[in-house]
This record gives sequence, structure tokens and C-alpha cells, in this order.
Amino acid sequence: MRIAGKGLIDRSKAVTFRFDGRSYQGFQGDTVASALLANGQKLMGRSFKYHRPRGVLTAGSEEPNALVTVGRGAEADPNVRATVQEIYDGLEVRSQNAWPSLDFDVMAVNDLAAPFLGAGFYYKTFMWPAKFWEAVYEPIIRRAAGLGALSGKHDQDRYERAYAFCDLLVIGGGPTGLMAALTAARAGADVILADEDARMGGRLNAETGVIGHQPGHAWAADMVAELSAMPNVRLMTRTTVTGAYDGGMYGALERVNHHGARRANLPLETFWRIHARRSILAAGALERPVAFQNNDRPGVMTAGAVRAYLNRWGVSPGKHVTVFGNNDDAHRTARDLAAAGVHVAALIDSRADVTVEGADFPVHTGAQVCNAAGRKELEAITIRTASGEQAIQTDCLAMSGGWNPTVHLTCHMNGRPRWDAGIQAFVPMPDAVPGMVAAGACNGVFPTRACLQAGVDAAAEAIAALGMKAGAMDVPQAEDGAYAMEPLWAVPGKGRAWLDFQNDVSVKDVKQAAVENFRSVEHMKRYTTQGMATDQGKNSNVAALAILADATGRGIPETGTTTFRPPYVPVAIAAMGAGAQGKGFAPQRFTTSHQASTAMGAPMIEAGLWYRPSYFPRTGESSWRQSCDREVGHVRKTVGVCDVSTLGKIDIQGPDAAKLLDFVYTNMFSTLPVGRVRYGLMLREDGHVMDDGTTARLGEAHYVMTTTTAAAGQVMRHLEFVTQCLHPEWQVAFASVTEQWAQFAVAGPKSRELLNGLLGAEIDGESWPFMACGEVEVCGVQGRLFRISFSGEHAYEVAVPARFGASLFDLLVSRAEALGGGAYGMEALNVLRIEKGFITHSEIHGRTTAFDIGMGRMVSARKDCIGKTLAARPGLVEETREQLVGLKPVGAVRQISAGAHLFDAGAEAVRENDQGYITSVGFSPDLGHMIGLGFVRGGMAREGEVIRMVDHLRGLEADVEICHPVFLDREGERVRG
Amino acid sequence: MRIDCPLCGSRDRREFYYQGAAVALARPAPDAGEAAWDDYLHLRDNPAGQTRELWHHEGGCSAWLVVTRDTVSHEISRVVLATDAREAGA
Amino acid sequence: MRFSGWRVLREGLTGNKGWTQHWRDPEPKPEYDAVIIGGGGHGLSTAYYLAKNHGMTNIAVLEKGYLGGGNVGRNTTIVRANYFLQGNSEFYSHSLKLWEGMEKDLNYNAMHSQRGLINLFHSDGQRDAFARRGNAMINQGDDAVLLDREGVRRYLPYLDFDNGRFPIYGGLLHPRGGTARHDAVAWGYARGADQRGVDLIQQCEVTGIDIENGKVRGVQTTRGPIRAKKVGIVVAGRSGQVAAMAGMRLPIESHILQAFVSEGVKPVIDHVVSFGMGHFYISQSDKGGLVFGGDLDFYASYAQRGNMPMMEHVMEAGMTLMPMIGKARVLRSWGGIMDMTPDGSPIIDKTDTEGLFIDCGWCYGGFKAVPGSGFSFAHLMATGDHHAPAAKFRLDRFRTGRGLMDEEGTGAQHNLH
Repeated sequence: MRIAGKGLIDRSKAVTFRFDGRSYQGFQGDTVASALLANGQKLMGRSFKYHRPRGVLTAGSEEPNALVTVGRGAEADPNVRATVQEIYDGLEVRSQNAWPSLDFDVMAVNDLAAPFLGAGFYYKTFMWPAKFWEAVYEPIIRRAAGLGALSGKHDQDRYERAYAFCDLLVIGGGPTGLMAALTAARAGADVILADEDARMGGRLNAETGVIGHQPGHAWAADMVAELSAMPNVRLMTRTTVTGAYDGGMYGALERVNHHGARRANLPLETFWRIHARRSILAAGALERPVAFQNNDRPGVMTAGAVRAYLNRWGVSPGKHVTVFGNNDDAHRTARDLAAAGVHVAALIDSRADVTVEGADFPVHTGAQVCNAAGRKELEAITIRTASGEQAIQTDCLAMSGGWNPTVHLTCHMNGRPRWDAGIQAFVPMPDAVPGMVAAGACNGVFPTRACLQAGVDAAAEAIAALGMKAGAMDVPQAEDGAYAMEPLWAVPGKGRAWLDFQNDVSVKDVKQAAVENFRSVEHMKRYTTQGMATDQGKNSNVAALAILADATGRGIPETGTTTFRPPYVPVAIAAMGAGAQGKGFAPQRFTTSHQASTAMGAPMIEAGLWYRPSYFPRTGESSWRQSCDREVGHVRKTVGVCDVSTLGKIDIQGPDAAKLLDFVYTNMFSTLPVGRVRYGLMLREDGHVMDDGTTARLGEAHYVMTTTTAAAGQVMRHLEFVTQCLHPEWQVAFASVTEQWAQFAVAGPKSRELLNGLLGAEIDGESWPFMACGEVEVCGVQGRLFRISFSGEHAYEVAVPARFGASLFDLLVSRAEALGGGAYGMEALNVLRIEKGFITHSEIHGRTTAFDIGMGRMVSARKDCIGKTLAARPGLVEETREQLVGLKPVGAVRQISAGAHLFDAGAEAVRENDQGYITSVGFSPDLGHMIGLGFVRGGMAREGEVIRMVDHLRGLEADVEICHPVFLDREGERVRG
Repeated sequence: MRIDCPLCGSRDRREFYYQGAAVALARPAPDAGEAAWDDYLHLRDNPAGQTRELWHHEGGCSAWLVVTRDTVSHEISRVVLATDAREAGA
Repeated sequence: MRFSGWRVLREGLTGNKGWTQHWRDPEPKPEYDAVIIGGGGHGLSTAYYLAKNHGMTNIAVLEKGYLGGGNVGRNTTIVRANYFLQGNSEFYSHSLKLWEGMEKDLNYNAMHSQRGLINLFHSDGQRDAFARRGNAMINQGDDAVLLDREGVRRYLPYLDFDNGRFPIYGGLLHPRGGTARHDAVAWGYARGADQRGVDLIQQCEVTGIDIENGKVRGVQTTRGPIRAKKVGIVVAGRSGQVAAMAGMRLPIESHILQAFVSEGVKPVIDHVVSFGMGHFYISQSDKGGLVFGGDLDFYASYAQRGNMPMMEHVMEAGMTLMPMIGKARVLRSWGGIMDMTPDGSPIIDKTDTEGLFIDCGWCYGGFKAVPGSGFSFAHLMATGDHHAPAAKFRLDRFRTGRGLMDEEGTGAQHNLH
């Protein structure tokens, strides 16, 4: 019910929203939880395991019970905390994990079966019969499990990621954080103040205390006003710092657009990566419940939450409220309620020797609440006093087991918190996160005045470390009472007293775990699921730990605690992965011929980050094979044109360039004459092939290396490694020029004819023999020409600066077509190279040596090179290794397939008999049958042998003959023609 | 994690490529023998604590760096250019 | 005590008062026939099989923390036998068979669920590589099905088939692949070993290994010296430190691998799905959490925690592959320490010290290897002979180059596997 005159909501702005189809009204500033409570709706969720009816427990992001689904369709957002979701007109909220309705949930029968479903029961059953696990038991369990439901639709919302940098990150905008931010900001520091709430102020907004001469919330508002006017301060509301990482990095989630209808110009959420030179943790504290029988009834909530609903939202969660606590702080709840005119049915303090002054409500000291009645709504509690048990009618119980400092972020870098017996809670270890200082309530300092001072001190310390000096700060007067409490974790009793509300873990479960020897806190957690719910134990871990400690006869510090890990609050995958949906996952690299290729209808396929044409279909062609065969024919009979710009190109210059090449390639490049190209093989230091390619010598001290498309980055890194880490004395420099040059293969018997119309000076076999290279003029543009071939035909690669690539490609293709040829794509390129036994990364897949691919002799004996020593390891030169061979079908089945394995004729197709495998296949139009490359044990000596190819997956078996990997023109006459 | 590149200043870890222990700087002679090469390429001290390792500022200046870092706390205590580390005989 | 549905029922009706401890907490004896250093999944299964298969019951497992506290308690729970290189194939195949009988054998429900694993591929080249893998799996006697794009769509209709940066060409389905409840595996082996008389000693850190004349004599621990003629080191994540106590230097660099779990949501992902163009794999737990992970953070670490760049990269992969998970919220992240070897494959071998054995180098593959590793390591420790399925996991293979098992083909850089 609403309480007149209370709260920071805007009562002039009524807001209408729907919950489970019903329309509710609240005010601007309400959360779903506060608005529902104002409307008398206490039942907000169902627990995970027993589907017990649950109401709201807290008023913050740590809420374990009131989880709802917001929105519909692809926008549906499950597991939203009703305590955090602000209401707006048109907001649609649904309860979850209940069927057919929140009010009547069939799965609540689980609660009746609870004796059989205790901690870890599933480890002990469902084992018979074995097949039933996947078929019967598990599907039932899975269907019952889970909280809200994902929509199953692609996420359509926009999310962003961003970086921010600051001198000081202040985490939490309560009294400590506000004072810290102002102290540092006045000293000139660049400050980010982040707070999870929509409104800065922290507990000040939930309390009636006074700072200086004004209400705490008004003081906070003034502070915010002053800070927002400062250019060196960034205030980030609705922003939760989720993780602390190495080097002063912090993750933070900003809920940008959850508090209103979708706006196209705004992301829903932004995930921030904040680099802060220093940080202050001022995250406050979280109140803990007390475990007693049926302490989960809707209407039982933390005392601080009751005050928050009353003071911030003007709502009393009940008409007859009782308060139960073990500390003075709980008394405030009773006083605030009474002052607001709410009936306080009783204040129960578990401490015997405590006096409550000025109470105009019944007070029971030395008493405990031992049971609660009412299923979907609290109706009464039973209290146990020295004089026995008595029932009290009440529809809301505000409970407080004390406060836990919010130490979580200090544990993200493996820091363990320290047990403070005085406040019976964990407090941060200093310097647990380098550069971070915890201050105020999260450091175990609870009085408001002390928090204000702590903020000033922490800021002064933090900026002093950055060489700045804080000026004198006036710390206003504020509440400064000591925090007095006596531990009370669980009220003794018979029934189930709940610890982890969402996961339905009771005191009994923890004790049971201890009996079964899950005595380590990690074991207990994992066995009972205590602390593994969406609140990650924020509400329950310390109490559970205390009960475990008691059950195992140890103290809490010896029992230890589980680890808090990021994120502090759950973060949407879409937020941390923002921008990656669809094509955003990786950059797209396009060649200069991309548009022309797509205009010609070529399907573009991925080659690493690049796109390359698969084939160029022509009218009348109905399959890729037809196009591919024709394109192969172009190259073999007339001329074909192919964009090869994706190959890595590295320009290498300097007096020691030759030394570098001799060292990274197995063969010699210092002996390569200027104006010539040579094929080179590059090894990794472990003796396996890293990459291959051609390198041209353009000048005495000038080479251009090409790499494969896939390995361009790796080779570049490798060259940097060699020249910086192994031979910094070498005078050599290099740069990647892959994107500076567009390069096209012009291949086929008519390639020279094609080129001669374009080059400044005509070429012939004498001026440009096989493997010649040099500068040429291409249509008036300075270019380069290499007579190299990846098809075995008389071929060239012509390169021009990239800006001329598109027009040169058009020109080359039109000239090729005029000569009876045309463009060719990757499919044809693949067939052409298999016909010639040229390898790609299908063959040099990282496990092959030069020896394996028949290039053992390319490892020069005259010099050292990377990989040479380890390539000579005995295991790498055994004759029984799998060696590169050609394969062709010889039996009735004419099909061969890549990925098939090879077996001796007559041998069973099992691992023990494995002779090798096929890496690449294609149909050779020239030979009229399929051809393949593959690896066979000792294959080089087995030419002519017929073996059996088995492809279980595709249901294919064939007899294949081992042959030389070069299928066409083994003498290489065409390439020199 | 951030690395203070001697050429570029403090940069996010995303700009860097990690290779492994800085023993890679001391490549054995071809005839150093099996054990020396095994030590060089395979065997590692792999300390839980301070270690010297090679990082490459691939998304920046392309410098290879010798980074002294603690493998338990991830704290980086020293960053030098690999070329300097070699010249200093380290 | 034998676990069964009847037992749960009976206990439920009588107030659950009859349950007893899953294992004892014995004081260490001064001498054992064999000592296992490390009470993780592999150490516990080693102890179990030493007792069960070889009758060695006078043995102890020494654990510096709590049982199952290492990588077996912090992984993405995937169980599979989809390797393609000789050495790995037979080992993981054997391990999967053990998984299939484990729950009955241990009388412990580890929730091993063979929900099927689908490795997606995104190019013709990848298809061929996966075909080679799938055929190798079948050659080994395991199962594999090559799915085309439409085949994948039937299983995983929620993938982004139309807009993804890397189109889905198909997938390799491994029907017997799946997941298990990771902690339960450790507990099941612990209970099984304990029932056979093995002493499981927690909070007992080994501080030294006693060696005389090339023979192992026992270990020094924080709870006093323990004599043993056979000592097995099974401490993935700390292998280098423990091996150093015996003067050994290992071909291992320790790296951090992060993993993530989302809040519970109703069932949406039935299989284990792995992306081929960015390291990303995901499944949904029986509790409803999406459990997923990706690559190493790529720098050497013992911290059991990672950093944002890899975390974000994993999320990115998830978003490009299956954008329907966008609104699932990551609840928790954690990190395990991986023993990364130069070829990405493990080591189960004798050492130069007589009686000292080592089982390490599991890289990413440790969880699914828990039964197989223990079985084979127990065989080696008990008999002195290599167990056939693990016979290629030799320590000296890097030196000799014989029997390297580099599934990724990335070579001798520890973090690239």
C-alpha cells in the first residue's frame, strides 16, 4: 500500500504497466517490485526446485525471488529482477517458472516430494536402467529446470561496447562514493562515478537519516548536482561495475534503455571496458536474512528492503508489519514504519540485553521468530520467547541478520576476504585488487558519518598515488551510531529454514552435506547448490558458511569461503559480444575485383577473412562443375584470369635481405639472380612446414615475398621474430604490401598474347623466361610482372597498385574472353593445382615435413635455416611416415573423396590398418576422371599400388591407384612454353 | 591486462600476441645437440611466479618485447624491446 | 552404502537420517604401496582403478586442497571421443567406453548425458578435414555422421544460417558425445576408491619427493613424510612444480582457460555445439545454465581467472553463431589451468626415476579423459607396462619427433593447441 507523503517517486506521473496480463498503476520512479507491492501483489515468483511461492526479498540487484520476464517475442528478456526494472508506460512483465500460472503452479507438487529431493539426491538415483537417463529422467529434469525462457529468436536489439579511461573510478554512488568522487574531482582528477541505481545516493535514498541539515537523499542530490557541473567528472547511473581485471581494467554494464520503450538511436545496454589508474570501491553492504522455518513466505523480506520500499517508494509492503533482527539497524525499520503511520505488530530482537527506546509498538527481546504461516502470502509468525511460543498476525516480516560488506570486486583477482568477528562478516583484504581501495560500508564501516569521512580519505589516498593532492573537505554531520549485533544465522527448529531462496537450499541440506562429508565449503556448495543461484549467494553464503562451520565444529574463518567471480551481476551475452552478430564477428576483406566478380554472378566464398570467387557461371551452365570444367579448359587451352591478391605480399629490403631469406626458407635465395623468382619452403622451428610461396628478387637488396592467403599474418610475425629476436644485427626492413598491390594470374597458352596488348613493351620467351620478374608498364601504370604458375601452364602474375586493380581486372577478363578464355575461380584453381601436384594448406596442414611432401631435397645442406635441426629428428624422417602421393580411381567406382582413409586391399577399415588419407580431390577434365592428393605410409615407394579408399561418412568405397602427385605434364614443358 | 610498450606506451592486451618463454631468444647452434634443442623448444621452467616471456606488439608498432610478468598475479614488472634484451646479453 | 532409487525413497520416509559419508577422512599412514599426488579427477580415477583392476588398496591420494578442486571442478563438462590421430583416437575411445559404464560401475549418477556433439564447419576445406576426422572416429569404432547444412538445420534450427559472418556448411555429429556433471565424476571415483580402502587425504600438500639412488622412496608433505615405492604425479595445472621436486623439467607451459555459465533458462540447446571459425563451444546444463567457453587467454598463468578480451571474444562467437542466446546473462566465469604441451596431447609415462610416474599435459582434454587416464595410468603404475590405448603418450616424443599428436597442426608453441 502507498503511504502518503513518503517516497522519491513522482506522484504527478502515473505509469501503467502489465504484470501477467493484468494492468497495474505505479508512478514515475517505481520499480516493478515497488509498484506491485503498492498494489498489494506480494506473490512474484516461484522457486527453482520446489516451486514454492515467493515474494520479493530485497530491493536491489541481489534479488533471488522476484525474477520476471520483460517483453515479448524476440525482445523477451528473462530473469529480470523486478527490484531493478523501472516501470514505464506499456511495460509488459510476466512471471516465470510457473505453469499454468503463478498463482497455481502444478510443479509445486515437488514441494510435497521434498523429503526425497534433498541435497544431492540425484547423484544417488536415476541410474537404472542405464538407457533411461537420456531417455526419461533427464528430459523430465531439464523441462522442470531453468528459470525464465529465451525467446528462441535471433536477438534483434542493439548493444554496444565502449572504452573509457579515467584517473579514478568510484564504484558506488552512496555517501562514501559521492564524497570520494567530489574529493578527487575538486583536486582535478578525471573521475568516473558509476552506480547501479537509476538514482545516485545508495542507502541515503532508502533511509530517513539527515546529513548536515537536510535529508540524506537531498544531500545526495546536491552532491550529484555539483559533480555533474564539473567537466572532469562523468556520472554513470544504471551502471554496474561487473568485474575487476588485470592492469586497472574494469568491466561495467550500463543499462541504457531498459527504463523506457525501445528507442532506435540508443543501445539497450552498453558494456564498458574502463581503464582506471586507481579505483575506490564504495559498493555498500547487503543485508542478510535469518533462516527459520518457512522464512520464504511472500511478505518476509529484509528489513532494509522494507525501509527502502517505505522511504524511497512510499510503499508499505504490509498493513501489520513485524520486524525481526539481531542488530540495532533493524530497529530503524520499526521506527520508520511507525513514524509513517504503519502498524508495527511487533519488534523481535534476538538479543536479550537490548533496550529499544521510544518504541510505541510491542517489543520482544531475547526472542526469535521460529515459524511463518500463510502460503502465498504471510499471515502470521510464531515467536519463541522465554515464556514460550506465541503467534502474531502479520502480513509482512522485516528481518535482519546483519549486513555483509559488498566485497565481491575485491575478490575478482583471487583476493580472499578476511573475517571480521566484530561485525560477523567478511571484509576486504587491503590491496586485493592492485590500485583499488575499499571504503565505507563495503569495508565494514557502517555509520554514515564514518562513511563520508572514509570517502574523503580513500580519495585523498588514491589521488596522492597519482601525484595529486586533495584539498580540505568539510565532512557534514550525520548519523554516527555504532553498529551493534550478535550473530544469528538460523533459528533452531524442525521444519525447513531456507538459506538459498532461489535454489531451495535449507539449513538441513547444509547439515546433510556435512554428514555426508562434503565438509569443505566448496564441496558443500557444489553438493547442495548453495550460492549457485542467480544471486550467487549474495543473500545466503555467509549464513550457510556459518551453519557448515557449526556442523563441522570449526570456526567460520577456518571454514573459509567460496570465491566470488565476475560478473558481479549477470551480464547479457549480447552486451559483452556486442557488434559481433551477423557479419560483425570478423572483418571482411575484399579484393579489388570483388564487385566485378559478383556482377558476373560468381558465388563468393570465404578464404580466411577474404572473399574469393568460387566460379563464374555462364548462361546455360546449371552446375558449378560445368563452370569449373570450362574454366580449367580456359587455362589449359587458351587463357584464364584469376585474382590472386589475397596472397600475402611482403616487401623486403636491405643489405641483409638475402640473409634473412636464406634463414627462413629451406632453400637458397642469396643465389637468386636479380629479375628472377624462386619457390620457397618455410619451416617452423619444430621442423614442420609453415608455409610456401614464391619470392622475387627485384634488386640486389630488394625482394618481394609471397605467402599463402592463410599464413600471411603468421609469416609476417615470424619474420619480425627472426629479425628482432634472433638477428637484430641484420640490416633489413620489411613491410606487408598485401593490400597495396592488386595481383592477377594470367594463365594459359595465350597468356603472353593477352598481356602483350597491355604492356608498355612487348615480352617474349627470351626477355621473360619462366621464373623471370621485373617492373613493367601496364596500360601506362607502373606495375610488376612475374612469370610464375600455379597451374602448370605458361602463366604470369601481373601486379598493379591496388587503386588500378578493378579496372585492370575488367580489362584482363575482357581480353581473355576475346581470346576464348575468361575469368576462373577457386574451384578451377584447385583442380589446376591438383593436376600439377601443387600443395595448399590441405596438404601442409601443420603436421607435414618437407620430407613428407617430397621436398626433402629443398632443405639446403649449405646453410642453417629455421626448422632444419629439428626436421632431422629421427621421428621426422622415418620411411614409414605418411608421404604425399597422387591418387586416381581404377575400379568400378570412379568417385574419390577428400577426408577418406586408405587401406591395403583386403584389409578391414579399422584404425590399426590405416594407411593414410585423402586431402584434396577434383575432377580433371583433361584426364576425364577424378584425381586426388593424399598421404600414404611410405607412399613414395608405393607408386602403382592399388589400395582401398573408404569414406564411411559418405558411404563411399573405391579402389584407387597410388601415383605420382603430378598428373599432367610432369616434365614441365607447358610452363616453359 | 595492459602492457607498457617501450615505443607506444600503455596499451590494451588485445594489441599483443603472446608467444612464450623468452628462452626463444637463445637459439642453439645447429649442432648443439638433441638436449639443447629439446630445452629450447619444448621444455619449460614454467614458474608460478616471475617469468620472462616474449610478446609481439602486432596490433601496434610490431616490436617484439621481453615482458617480465608474474604468472600468479599477472603483474608486469618490466618491458623491454627484444632487440635491447639481446644486445644486453639477456 | 549402495545408492539407488529405493534407498532415496526409504531415507526420505525416515527423515534422511541414514545417509553416511561418501568417503572417510583418514590420517595419513607412514607408508603405502603407492601414493598418488593429486586428488583431482585423474588422481581419483587412478586410485580407483589401482584398487579395482590391480588389487592395490594400500594406497593414498594426497590432495593439497579439497577433492576434485582442480580442473575437474572447473570445466565445460564435455565428453567426447572425436580425435583423429593415432594415439589419441584409441585413448579417447577407450575413455568414452569407460564413461558409458561408469555410473553403474561406481554406483554414482554422474549424469553422463550422450546428447550428441556437433562440430560445425564453414568451408569446403573444413568439411574435408572433418570428414577425415569422422572417418577416423569410425575406423576406431566410434560414431560420426557428416551433416550438410540442412542436416545441421534439423538439429540446430536456432543457428544464424542467413547472416553469420562464416556460413554454416555443415557439421560433424558425434552422437555419443555429450556432457556430465563434472563434480560428480570426481566424487564418484573418490567414493569408489574409498570403498576399496584407498586413503583420500585432503589438505595434504606434497612438498618434496624423496629419491635415493634413482629410486623413489616416498614424499614429504605438510602432514609429514610418507614412504612409498611408487609415486604417481597427477597434478594438472601444477605439473611443473611437482615434477621439479623430482628434478624434472616438463614440456609444459601452464595457461588459463576461461569458461562461463549463464543464468538458468528453459531448455533451448539440446546438444553440445562447437563453432569452427572461432573457438566456441556450448551446451546447456540440466539446471538450465548455458555452459560455454572458448580459447585460452593465451598467456602463461596460474591464476585460475582470466581477462576481458577472451571473455568478449567468446561472447562474440556466440552472438554470430546463435544470436538467440543474446539475452541469456552470464552468471559466472572461472578459469582452469591447462598443462599445455608442444603438440596438444597428453603424457602418461614413467620417468627417469624408478617408481616415479607422471600423468600430465592434458591441455583442453582433461575432463573427458578422467576415466581413461586413471585406467591407463593405474595400469602403468601397477604393471610397469604402458596400457595399449595410452601407449603413445610418451614424454620423449618431442625430443625424438616420434609419435607427435598435433591435432591442431599448430606446432611446438604450447599455447596454440
